[in-house]
Amino acid sequence: MADRMRSRLRPPQMRLPFAVRMALRLVTLLLAVSFITFLLVGLSPIDPVQANVGQAAVATMSPERRAMLAEHWDVGVPILERYASWLGDAVHGDLGESLRFGRPVVEVVGERLQSSALLLGASSLISGVVGLALGVLAGVRAGTRLDRVIRGYCYVLSAAPTFWIALVALMVFAVYLGWFPVGFSVPIGSAGEVSLAARLHHMVLPAAVLSLTGVANIALHTREKTVDVLASDYVRLARTRGEGTWTLVRRHALRNLVLPALTLACAQMSEIVGGSVLVEQVFSYPGLGQAAVTAGLGGDAPLLVGIALACTVLVFAGNLIANLLYGVVDPRMKGETLHVA
Amino acid sequence: MSEEMRQAGHGDAERHHHHSHATTSHHPGGHHLLTVEHLSVSFSMYDTQAPFFSARHIEHTMISDMSISVHAGEVVAVVGASGSGKTLLADALMGLYEPNAHVEGNIWFDGVLQDATSLARLRGHGISLVPQSVTHLDPLMPVGEQVLGACPRGRAARAERARRQRRMEELFATYRLDPSVMRRYPHELSGGMLRRILIMCALMDDPKLIVADEPTPGLDLDLAVRALGDLRTFANDGGGVMLITHDLELALRVADRVAVFYEGRIVEETATASFARPDTLEHPFTRALWHALPEHDFCAVPLSGGEE
Repeated sequence: MADRMRSRLRPPQMRLPFAVRMALRLVTLLLAVSFITFLLVGLSPIDPVQANVGQAAVATMSPERRAMLAEHWDVGVPILERYASWLGDAVHGDLGESLRFGRPVVEVVGERLQSSALLLGASSLISGVVGLALGVLAGVRAGTRLDRVIRGYCYVLSAAPTFWIALVALMVFAVYLGWFPVGFSVPIGSAGEVSLAARLHHMVLPAAVLSLTGVANIALHTREKTVDVLASDYVRLARTRGEGTWTLVRRHALRNLVLPALTLACAQMSEIVGGSVLVEQVFSYPGLGQAAVTAGLGGDAPLLVGIALACTVLVFAGNLIANLLYGVVDPRMKGETLHVA
Repeated sequence: MSEEMRQAGHGDAERHHHHSHATTSHHPGGHHLLTVEHLSVSFSMYDTQAPFFSARHIEHTMISDMSISVHAGEVVAVVGASGSGKTLLADALMGLYEPNAHVEGNIWFDGVLQDATSLARLRGHGISLVPQSVTHLDPLMPVGEQVLGACPRGRAARAERARRQRRMEELFATYRLDPSVMRRYPHELSGGMLRRILIMCALMDDPKLIVADEPTPGLDLDLAVRALGDLRTFANDGGGVMLITHDLELALRVADRVAVFYEGRIVEETATASFARPDTLEHPFTRALWHALPEHDFCAVPLSGGEE
């Protein structure tokens, strides 16, 4: 029905293929993000030379050397001009050179993304699964003490800032209990190959903290939806056919709950990427987030833009996956997906 | 009423247990399939008349001292105005109570006195519901799986699962639905097909009693009578049907007996044949209903005040 109406509004031959429309949308998004990032770097009061070389070094430096450094950091060049020259190169696939790391941006971002990917993936997965489980439990037992405990936990978690939770976790589990390392993604002083077990061991705390905020969000939404589903007509009929609560949850509630939870989990990609900046900083975890802080504080515009673009692609992909999964999970959306997106 | 007389059956006009009978009414095993006596359903709620902060809890009675019986082999129509609490009767029979509901009375099923727990056990194992609207089907589950219902799991129950699967396929054949329909979702089927699916869901569990809560909304009289043919067949095969409806004309066409629901109680429970003439009807409200029927005077008879 809706399909027919829409095609009446716009003749089908005028519609671009789905992939092309998505690509266009991504390109415009990337342009906007890169422009705004450059603008923000331009407005930033940080003197890149001083920030990167150190105050003492700047003070004792010869004027010629200072001028040379200033030129290296593009000090004094109007930001629009810098953006134009960056964009010219970017179109050819060259995202420039990180001023801070002295290596191509693509290389730095790729390397950081690799160590962050596992962290981000694990966090999304944990927040999705744990959030769904807690939400269903609270919804099924709505009004009971268990429900109140889960809700209270969620409110506290969503109210507490991520970096603070990270600090508390660090103090309790790494310092007092000594169960986990205090920081970094590999043992300090190690070089070359590091075992997967050691990497995972270093990842546990940051991943747990990062997934906590997502858990609260997903659990609270899932709880509401569970209460709705259990009060629905189709659950009433199923009850009159003798289905017990957990059979109801298995047969009816879950399939009606997964869609909203999935949407949230994918859309939450932005919050997890954003949260990783703070969490990686606290845990000295050498990922994308930490590189973003370094680039931002050091006025390293090309690197900051590169990271912003990588995050944009991640978040965009998260939302796109949610859209595509709709069609798989919900039969009512078959054929609709392409229009919804 | 002596036991011998129950066994022997009785004529149309004969009364027992506050009701008169139709020719189809009989008492296998010497008891009614379903007997409800002195059922009351009330809700504890805030007094809506009181000022905001001083509102106290009051008991709001929806059904009071209601009695009704269903015999094996007959369709009993419970006729009442919309919003008069008819669905509550269905809920009470299925043992589905809201947390603030207060239910009193005796319910016998197949000669056994029931309580909330045993009524809950009878869901899908003796009493089945045909609900009012197609929203009672899960939008995200193929209809075949919904007709099939929850099956016991595990290795030991393999035979039972196979039996249900066969029964489900049988029902699809009986209702002339193509096997490919089993894989369809509710939004892909027509309203008429979904109604049949709902009845199949009830029949799947081989009930003795079907409670049909307004199962033909929006259908005109002839279509509704035809749609209820399936329930008629079920009754003719020895099952009992309680048809809850607001439509007296429909009830008179389909049912063997009619129970008139008015102001939270059954004011009269009688054979459909009694509606042939107004003087075989006992209660003033039932007579007023008779006069309001299109083929009679089609007039609203004012009820004499303070009745009952």
